Amino acid sequence: MRHTIIAAAAVAGVIAGIPLAQAKTLVYCSEGSPENFYPAINTTGTTFDASSRQIYDRLVEFERGTTKVVPGLAESWEIAKDSKTFTFHLRKGVKWQTTKSFTPSRDFNADDVLFSFERQWKQDNPFYKVTSDNHSYFSDMGFPKLLKAVSKVDDYTVRFELNEPEAPFLADLAMDFASIISKEYAEKMLKAGTPEKVDQDPVGTGPFMLVQYQKDAIIRYKAHPDYYLGKAKIDDLVFAITPDVSVRLQKLKAGECHVMPHPNPADLQSIRQDTNLKLFDQPGLNIAYLAFQTQKKPFTDKHVRQAISMAINKKAILDAVYQGAGVAAKNPIPPVMWSYNDDVKDYPYDPATAKKLLADAGVGDGFATDLWAMPVQRPYNPNARRIAELMQADLAKLGITAEIKTFEWGEYRKRAQNGEHQMVELGWTGDNGDPDNFLHVLLGCDSATTNGSNVAKWCYKPFDDLIIEAEHTTDIEKRTDLYRKAQVIFKDEAPWFTIAHSVQYAVVSQKVDDFRLSPFGHHQFYGVDLK
Amino acid sequence: MLRFILTRVSLIIPTFVGLTLVAFILVHLIPGDPIETLAGERGIDAERHARLLSEYGLDKPLPVQYAVYVGHVLHGDFGLSLITHQSVIREFAALFPATIELSVCAVLFAIGLGLPAGIIAAVKRNTPFDHGVMATALAGYSMPIFWWGLLLILLFSGWLALTPVSGRISVEYFVEPQTGFLLIDSLLSDQEGAFRSAVSHLILPTIVLGTVPLAVIARMTRSAMLEVLGEDYIRTARAKGLPPYWVVGAHALRNALIPVVTVIGLQIGSLFAGAILTETIFSWPGVGKWLYEAVNRRDYPVLQGGVLLIGTVVMAVNLGIDLLYGLINPRIRHTR
Amino acid sequence: MVTEVADIVPVAQRGPRHPAREFWDYFRTNHGAVGGLMIIIGLLLLAAFAGVVAPHSPIATHNDAFLRPPVWEAGGSWTYPLGTDAIGRDILSRVIHGSRLSLLIGTLAVSIAFLCGVALGLVAGFFRGIPEIGIMRLVDIMLTLPSLLLAMVVVAILGPGLINAMFAVAIVTLPAYVRITRAAVIAERARDYVVAARVAGAGRWRLMFSTVLPNCMAPLIVQATLGFSAAILDAASLGFLGLGAQPPLPEWGTMLADSREFVLRAWWVVTFPGVAILVTVLAFNLLGDGLRDALDPKLKR
Repeated sequence: MRHTIIAAAAVAGVIAGIPLAQAKTLVYCSEGSPENFYPAINTTGTTFDASSRQIYDRLVEFERGTTKVVPGLAESWEIAKDSKTFTFHLRKGVKWQTTKSFTPSRDFNADDVLFSFERQWKQDNPFYKVTSDNHSYFSDMGFPKLLKAVSKVDDYTVRFELNEPEAPFLADLAMDFASIISKEYAEKMLKAGTPEKVDQDPVGTGPFMLVQYQKDAIIRYKAHPDYYLGKAKIDDLVFAITPDVSVRLQKLKAGECHVMPHPNPADLQSIRQDTNLKLFDQPGLNIAYLAFQTQKKPFTDKHVRQAISMAINKKAILDAVYQGAGVAAKNPIPPVMWSYNDDVKDYPYDPATAKKLLADAGVGDGFATDLWAMPVQRPYNPNARRIAELMQADLAKLGITAEIKTFEWGEYRKRAQNGEHQMVELGWTGDNGDPDNFLHVLLGCDSATTNGSNVAKWCYKPFDDLIIEAEHTTDIEKRTDLYRKAQVIFKDEAPWFTIAHSVQYAVVSQKVDDFRLSPFGHHQFYGVDLK
Repeated sequence: MLRFILTRVSLIIPTFVGLTLVAFILVHLIPGDPIETLAGERGIDAERHARLLSEYGLDKPLPVQYAVYVGHVLHGDFGLSLITHQSVIREFAALFPATIELSVCAVLFAIGLGLPAGIIAAVKRNTPFDHGVMATALAGYSMPIFWWGLLLILLFSGWLALTPVSGRISVEYFVEPQTGFLLIDSLLSDQEGAFRSAVSHLILPTIVLGTVPLAVIARMTRSAMLEVLGEDYIRTARAKGLPPYWVVGAHALRNALIPVVTVIGLQIGSLFAGAILTETIFSWPGVGKWLYEAVNRRDYPVLQGGVLLIGTVVMAVNLGIDLLYGLINPRIRHTR
Repeated sequence: MVTEVADIVPVAQRGPRHPAREFWDYFRTNHGAVGGLMIIIGLLLLAAFAGVVAPHSPIATHNDAFLRPPVWEAGGSWTYPLGTDAIGRDILSRVIHGSRLSLLIGTLAVSIAFLCGVALGLVAGFFRGIPEIGIMRLVDIMLTLPSLLLAMVVVAILGPGLINAMFAVAIVTLPAYVRITRAAVIAERARDYVVAARVAGAGRWRLMFSTVLPNCMAPLIVQATLGFSAAILDAASLGFLGLGAQPPLPEWGTMLADSREFVLRAWWVVTFPGVAILVTVLAFNLLGDGLRDALDPKLKR
């Protein structure tokens, strides 16, 4: 098998113009086709893996396999005292990729940085609308309101001025939407009348350059020879697009690919036993929960909420639905996040006590309620419907009849935010690792009153005070303390039944050296080698 | 002759217009806001929502949208996918060869097996062979092919490890698309093993997609042959002492083929329905899977364009068959 | 366009024996058709007494028995004769209860398609001109779209679910009834008895429903029987694509979709629902073929 791969790689190498002898090809069985190759208008990991994580670089990067922010295209930076001005010193001699459609005449510089942000920010930028003007992350992260000015100090210095202090700003710049694209290439394509080519035949500064893409079939890259950190250890990178999970595993076992993401939870056991494979796991920055509409009876009573939290068998859900690809959640933030309070005790599975609590609350004979399950798979919840069925069965034992309801996804989210439900399954994925991103957005008072993300519609003063105070504090120890207290209150009040944090898995062949799984779920192949 | 062709072509124009209307209306009947659907947990703010609506032209009154739509269609512009932002017609063009390749192989498989089986069954009427063929054909005709595909995967790829499970070719081979038909491209590419790999990837999907047409063709061939074999001229030929294979091969088969060809032509639509399921099971990168995903992702323009394009293809094929008949059989030319 | 069923000439000449008697005599010599009928009767009984026959509730989850193999495999037990699925539901019970859903879908989809199709066909056949052109154009358009694609679009509009899938299937199968009815009506209109009835002053509606329709029934009955198998198959396909009946309903196609990920690991969750679909569809096809042969005077000679 190996011989054929090398032989084939050699053939591919000849075509791609790479010296024959040492061509190494790594094959990644990816889960789907990327939406396109412009990361800023997309939100899926599949697209990021195919574009920003291989082709592009950012000013700062998350260190491979961690959430730590390290220098990228910017060698160093200064943050002003008021935390409102960030000055970046750019790396010199960073080469753009040379592809079929573009030969760069200059190195990366401040113009490219400005262009990359203005393309998403300024409506008069000629590229604002190219491919799509739906710059989702740029808006979601609040950049249009946050950014006051981005200016070029000199060719290798860029200054960002903000309207207000923002603690996680640096981490934001390491996110995929902040990838740096070439201004020279864009201008050339605009002149040629084919601006959309910029996003179809991407040119970046990153470790791999795109050679061929066939939708639903294959993506081929080759190593960027002049990459600023040195050429990648592998010569060719191939994404074999394989949406079917069991097929991916089969291909991996047959040696047809070296790395695969998201194995089927049911197969984890056999993967662990296979000596040819390595299993990587990484708890994701996410939470799946069941929110009670705390402004509707009987969920206004915290004893009812606690009772239901004891009535549902969480372990059964983890076994049947997550099947090892999740850990039980007890706090609203994931365990990898700083300030996670491990001292909080989860409600035990205890139908007898639950029954008593319900009786005390005056609903001992049970009641009828609805139970919403989203129609789509989310990173934190592999099968909301199946979870709802298990919950339904558990609740029936207490005389609670829960009717499972679902709506089309956009509708579902909107109605949940309006608080039209009684119980609703939902979840959240964080992008920059800050607890505020979970606790404030999902449980704060201001998003409970408006039609915001607080779908429990839970506004509890003692809790809210703590998280507001933490938001206005820069001292991380003090913030940690405040968030830990908030989690205790949350558990006692039980506005959610916390279900699980999903665990990311990747399976890698033993031939692969130094693969690291990112907490953000990225798959990055620079630094990876083949034995 | 020219008049015949013109009449036939003009007959399909109202159908085509109707089809554009149907495609347009169907998609607008779908509830839910496409823009909302695209957003994740974070939702979308009102201002950006409005801007996106206008970007996709969804904010105008429906008749205007329809007029604009037809205008674009006539210029070959089927809109942009909401998900990939790529042109629908380009995606269709890139994926359609894969579907054609699979369908053609399936039809060849069905004819190659179904025709002889039907002929022999007819000649050996009421023998165990005949009963066996007809029972098998009925089972094939009743087969839920999505399940059939899973069974074949379980058997050939799982237990016997003989065939690959999905895709069109092994990733080792770097085949530049020239015709889009991988069987041809892999031959042109001069890479040893590429063609074999492409063939081995085709086997299971071909069998799965070919099963129902195979059953239909076998049944149809048998009954058409039976009918022809009962005709006077065949009896005469037999009585003259011509060898049986000669009677069957030269006289009966030729006349029996006409209804069989009709049936094959009529299978185009159901073949495509099968392709949706087959491509989904085998991750075959064709238009069937593309449309299935479009339904799931509520990618309106793709669904709209796909319905229209597929309908047009079916219409064109039917027209082609119609014209072919007219050429072969002058009688048809003068009806209507 | 010629379809396999469209060219059936309705029963017109009657032999000396009572037609029902003659039909039955002919029908029962067809072993396949009788077999199909028996299977269908068996399925009907199974569906009617599903609650009694099935060992478990079809939606009860057993937390101690995820993905148990069938009884004859190592690790199987008589508690779950055909094993359990991913969340511990008894597969045998689900397959048995699934017969209810499939027969229900078949019955309702065929009834809807039959009633609407015949009505439209009658209108098209009787009122030539605008109504006919309109109806037949629409039928033409529907026929250019592959049935499953059309059904997918209909489900996309109505939303996934058992009832909506049923409507989708009914809509998709409608054109066949329209065409058959119209063709039969046009053929019958010219016949003497119709002309006689008209001369005798029978009203249009009377002509349509009392005079012509009963004489067009034979091909329609055959089509309806075959339509049953098509409806069950289409609904299962939709279920398999996640667009039909939604879990936890034990619809066979939905069960297959739900268990697709286990194909290489737990063959039993994939095998049995498929067998159920195949057997049911086969039975209706056998019956339909038998009816066709028995009702088709051409073959009777």
